[in-house]
Amino acid sequence: MERVAIRAKGLVKWFGDEATRTIAVRDASFEAHYGEMLYIVGPSGSGKTTLLSMVSGILKPNEGSVSVEGRDLWQMTDDEIADLRLNKIGFVFQDYHLFPRLTTAENVAIPLILKKMEWNKALEVALEYLDIVGLKDRAQLPPVKLSGGEQQRVAIARAIAGRPDILIFDEPTASLDGDTGRKIVEFIKTKILNRERCIIIVTHDSRIDEYADTIMKMEDGKIIGVEKKTEFAPGVEQ
Amino acid sequence: MSGILKIALKLLVNDKSKFAALLIGITFAVFLMVMMTSMFSGILARSSSSVYNIGAKIWVMDPAVNNASSSIPMPDYVLSTARSIKGVKYAEPIYFGGAQVKLKSGVYQAVTVVGLDNATLYGRPNLIEGNIADIYGENAFFVAKDAEYSKLENPKVGTEFEINDFRGVVVGLAQVASSGLFGVPTLYTTYSRAITYIPSTRFTTSFILIEPKSEADTPYIQEQIHKLGYEALTRDQFVKKITDFYTYKTGIGMNILMMTAISFIVGLSISGQTFYTFILENLEKFGALKAIGAKGSELISMILFQASFTALIGYGLGVGLASSMIILARIRIPDYAAQVTYTTLGFAFVMVLIIAGFSSYIGVRKVLQIQPFDIFRG
Ligand SMILES: Nc1ncnc2c1ncn2[C@@H]1O[C@H](COP(=O)(O)OP(=O)(O)OP(=O)(O)O)[C@@H](O)[C@H]1O
Ligand SMILES: [Mg+2]
Repeated sequence: MERVAIRAKGLVKWFGDEATRTIAVRDASFEAHYGEMLYIVGPSGSGKTTLLSMVSGILKPNEGSVSVEGRDLWQMTDDEIADLRLNKIGFVFQDYHLFPRLTTAENVAIPLILKKMEWNKALEVALEYLDIVGLKDRAQLPPVKLSGGEQQRVAIARAIAGRPDILIFDEPTASLDGDTGRKIVEFIKTKILNRERCIIIVTHDSRIDEYADTIMKMEDGKIIGVEKKTEFAPGVEQ
Repeated sequence: MSGILKIALKLLVNDKSKFAALLIGITFAVFLMVMMTSMFSGILARSSSSVYNIGAKIWVMDPAVNNASSSIPMPDYVLSTARSIKGVKYAEPIYFGGAQVKLKSGVYQAVTVVGLDNATLYGRPNLIEGNIADIYGENAFFVAKDAEYSKLENPKVGTEFEINDFRGVVVGLAQVASSGLFGVPTLYTTYSRAITYIPSTRFTTSFILIEPKSEADTPYIQEQIHKLGYEALTRDQFVKKITDFYTYKTGIGMNILMMTAISFIVGLSISGQTFYTFILENLEKFGALKAIGAKGSELISMILFQASFTALIGYGLGVGLASSMIILARIRIPDYAAQVTYTTLGFAFVMVLIIAGFSSYIGVRKVLQIQPFDIFRG
């Protein structure tokens, strides 16, 4: 099995027309591997979210290519990309984006329901994932009744419920206090990461550096350095 | 129900205040539209009541006549010519006139008097009480038992009254299919008594009623009457002529049409607006669904479902409300002219579908435009 989960080559993204053009990402290339916890760090506005969006099929790059398990992501149709997102990629958004009108369990069940799992079955499975994040007893509450850290964990449960191979977190600790943030990331590293999963985390938070396998630094749209704590073979099979 | 639609339903109804606002908008619009069109249809049905109550197949009249209550008398030769047309089984005159009745209590009441042909009584109503032959009795009148009956102080067989200073006596009660539009009670008597008791012009024939030998003779009869400069209409044609008159030649049709249009526009804007804010407030959620992997078609089906679900419930509530209003109004005003017909229901339903379609359209446009990236960036 190929160990590379995502390979990005020469990604460029700009916004606005010629007069007002801001280049958010310039010529970014990198690889993310299964079993790897990859951090993207850098100052605000350096293009981290933009880069993450391009590799996860959310934002089309102006130049460059992304391959996910050897398939060229941006050559696929919209529906194929939607399918890929549903089946391969799990997201945890910075603001969680939980549905306040649904219960916690229903929130977690959403990817399963989108995968056409039958409603009651999906809720059962959702409970298992809520159990993993330690929130089974909150299943029937609306997410707004939960604390920030708990909501974050619900978002994680929703992201992993569809059993994606690639998990993407944008600033998972930004709105949490230091302790809670550490606990969440430790949880991700020990309970969610495994050899068949690739986790990419965008963060500002240097207190959680110890959990990273690789830290990729961005500045002004460019990747300016990669610090490897664990070695992964560059783009070859295991 | 598919899981996605169930999510759509929960997003909709769990937002109670917004859902209530949506329902109120649509209910209100449907209520107004059903009320307006029912009133209109009630008025139209009443405007043709005489044509329904007098069971003739063909009506002959002056071309300028546009409803049964304002006839233009025709000279006698029209009647004799009509009788000689091939295919005419018989042709009889009928008289419509207005008179003042002085009731026992001393109160005056305007009435419509229908004079039936002396020999044949063609066009006579069915009787609830009394014997048709009694119409030949001295000063005999039948009273129509319609919504206006009580205005004559609920007369019985034997009740006496004065009509234009003549004595009148009730000899029976007639059944009618429909009450009239003008709130005036109806009396039936013989043709000759009617024209004796009511001051008339030189000619007295209001209409000529024709019974053709067979349906197939009708076109020929119409053609021959037309040659005389008069008009022969079948019952349905006459009803249509009256309906067209009230719809297009009086203020009633135009006003009702405008009110209906206004209620439609009000309903459309309330519901469209509320649904639009609902979609706007949930835009992030739709974006998140998109990011998670929902396809465009799935988002569209969610919105269509939300819009049509709201529209159907609003439709039910609106129709229910309008019907109860009409029932309540009937309790107070027995001859309240409004009727809920399949046409009015169908019309309101189509309007509601348009409202739902319009609301979905703006919602779908918005949701398809949304970029998950913008959600992702927070
Ligand atoms: N939709 C957009 N339209 C115009 N400019 C945009 C848009 N999205 C991003 N940008 C610009 O691209 C640059 C990179 O933005 P991005 O959100 O990727 O930064 P970031 O590194 O994630 O920052 P932060 O740490 O604050 O989240 C910024 O200068 C931003 O203003
Ligand atoms: Mg960002």
